[in-house]
Amino acid sequence: MENNTRRNFIKKLGASVGAAGVVGGASILSSCNRVETVTGDTIQLLTSSGELVEVDRSMLKPADLPSLSENQKRGREGIPGKSWVMVIDLSKCRNARECMKSCQNHHQLRPEQHHMNVLQMQDAEHTAPYYMPKNCQHCDNPPCTKVCPVNATFKREDGIVLIDNERCIGCRFCVAACPYSARVFNWFEPKDAEKYEGVTYNIEANVPQKKGTISKCLFSADRLREEELPTCVSACPNGVYWFGDRNEDAVTNGTTKETVSFSKLVKDNAAYTLMEELGTKPRVFYLPPKDRAFPFQGEIDEHHA
Amino acid sequence: MKKIESPEESRKLLDKITHDLTRSIVKNDELTRFWFFILIMFIGVGLWGWIIQIDKGLGVTGMRDYVSWGMYIANFVFFVAVSLIGFLLSSALHLLKINWAKPVSRVAEQVAIAGVALAGLIIVMDMGRPDRFLNVFLHGRFASPIIWDVTVVTTYLTISVLLFYIPLIPDLALLRDRMGSEVPKWKMKIYTILALGWKGNAKQYKTVYHAMRVLMLLIIPVGLSIHTVTSWLFAATLRSGWDTTILGPYFVAGAFVAGSAAVIMLMYAYRIRYGLKDYFEDIHFDQMGKLLVFVSLVYLYFNINEFLVPGYKMKSAEGVHLTNLFTGSFSSMFWIVQIVGLILPIILLLLKYFRKPLPIAIISFFVLVSAWFKRYLIVVPTMEHPFLPVQNVPENFQTYSPTSIEIMITLFSFFAALLIITVLAKLFPVITIWEYAEEKGIDKKYLSEKPKN
Repeated sequence: MENNTRRNFIKKLGASVGAAGVVGGASILSSCNRVETVTGDTIQLLTSSGELVEVDRSMLKPADLPSLSENQKRGREGIPGKSWVMVIDLSKCRNARECMKSCQNHHQLRPEQHHMNVLQMQDAEHTAPYYMPKNCQHCDNPPCTKVCPVNATFKREDGIVLIDNERCIGCRFCVAACPYSARVFNWFEPKDAEKYEGVTYNIEANVPQKKGTISKCLFSADRLREEELPTCVSACPNGVYWFGDRNEDAVTNGTTKETVSFSKLVKDNAAYTLMEELGTKPRVFYLPPKDRAFPFQGEIDEHHA
Repeated sequence: MKKIESPEESRKLLDKITHDLTRSIVKNDELTRFWFFILIMFIGVGLWGWIIQIDKGLGVTGMRDYVSWGMYIANFVFFVAVSLIGFLLSSALHLLKINWAKPVSRVAEQVAIAGVALAGLIIVMDMGRPDRFLNVFLHGRFASPIIWDVTVVTTYLTISVLLFYIPLIPDLALLRDRMGSEVPKWKMKIYTILALGWKGNAKQYKTVYHAMRVLMLLIIPVGLSIHTVTSWLFAATLRSGWDTTILGPYFVAGAFVAGSAAVIMLMYAYRIRYGLKDYFEDIHFDQMGKLLVFVSLVYLYFNINEFLVPGYKMKSAEGVHLTNLFTGSFSSMFWIVQIVGLILPIILLLLKYFRKPLPIAIISFFVLVSAWFKRYLIVVPTMEHPFLPVQNVPENFQTYSPTSIEIMITLFSFFAALLIITVLAKLFPVITIWEYAEEKGIDKKYLSEKPKN
């Protein structure tokens, strides 16, 4: 009896190994096949900047992503030798909101989740209102990373404040600590959760988003690694954003692609940072909203603190 | 302390004390079963709510990106606050040799254990990823006040359990020796195991006294830390209303008010339900009333500091927050809490009549309910007023209102705390028999005598 079952088992084992071999071999063969021929069968893809493109099926190959642990390791360290800064020219912003749209696409956000939020501001009763794009300020003295109990949000060498949503416990202490309301939480299952199921987590874009964890602006750290400007910076049609490396003292305009001296830009235009008195030392600099000549649409939302 | 010389008298008195103080253990009538049914029903409903919350996400609550801490955190602060009374009554007053507090200290420890255990559970229920709870230990960052809180909450729970258990050992031996068919076998088994083979000799008593003293001293810094650190969860941020240096002592003072009220209500419940008129005497209520007035006055002092000083200056962001509390959308809650929970109790309890058991129990109820809403007022209004405008988000992001799931889970915490207290009262005497007997002048040698049957 016992002998019988053992023999049966060996038989089954042999059969399954054989079957696996056939399937494996066939798949290797078919994959070799696929690389060489153009099938003419096209597929539509959405790029991270939100454009729809069409490519041949044969061109598809798995993205060259590092493994999760490798990704998390280099994501924590940052890009060596860099010190990222952003300059937002408030006199240019016309509320086109292309930054918000592209950002939501890139980071797979729901419509009410904003890493980049264009606010309607009015500083005093008789001054003209203006639009103020507001994202994570990537503070050099970040209140949020201080309070995180599990080191799920942290400051990198290159100045970016990043999130590891594989580690976040969802206590939302960082939300309470952030004076800029820069952080958003995944209160529900994130947008298109089923679609991204099983996709390896990319810490530098914080995608796929996860239910019960935090998200916020990351200066598109994944794009910076590929030497591209952040999504919002590239998407802006009005030349609002300058982005660059403080170590090189150079910032590039996302619209005009013009590169200027960061210190000169900041000095000549009397740049300021938000709520400087709190001592958070932001890495996002604002150029004052001079020449507010454009018509201001909509009403000012009276929900100031 | 008077000494009773005659052995007969001692034995008779001890029998009476044992009989009275084990009534809570023996009593098992319809009302007991009904009470357990109510408790378990609400706990079940609350747990069901939590399952829904885990499944759908924290979005089932009223919290959103701007008000990201709501009723759960307020409730957490409330439970930490209530639990602090254990440290005041069973340690501080003991060490100061204030004798009237002795019979009350067990009740205070019950409240402490239930409060701090639930506080720990509530904070897990507030997490977006409760499944990653262990990350707190695996990746804990000691710079975060949450880690300090986890450390002191678990330490306080441990010391409170020990401070409940160690003085109970002689009683457990007494129950093991004296109780018979009136309690079920499994209870007897628990007593036998937990009594640790207690014999009642002088050396053992010395160890118990020593251990109690060490624990009472240890719990003072831990007790103070637990609520101070809880206040730092708020004070460590930059938000108006929280960004103040007074928050630590303000929280501690408020905790004593809430805890005293909880203990008074529980004393009253035991007195009525288990016929303990001669144990929780009028004088205990009178003294607890005086204690409540005293801690309320301290709390009033901190409230004046907390609201009058910034209210005088009305700095921009602070001013928005205070206007909202004084005359804005939270004003009715704010003033009711201040008047019903603080000013009226102080005035009433100064009069001797209101320190009688029933009036003070009723006053304590209002104090405790106000204490809960006070925590709500500490957490929610501040979050509704961030520094930058709230824009481009749906209506429900701007103001917070708790959902039914949140209410279910909050009710769960109350009933679970009551369940812990009930189970403790049903298993162990609500006043330590041996300490009480000693107080009445009964020599310790009678305690370890087996009753003649």
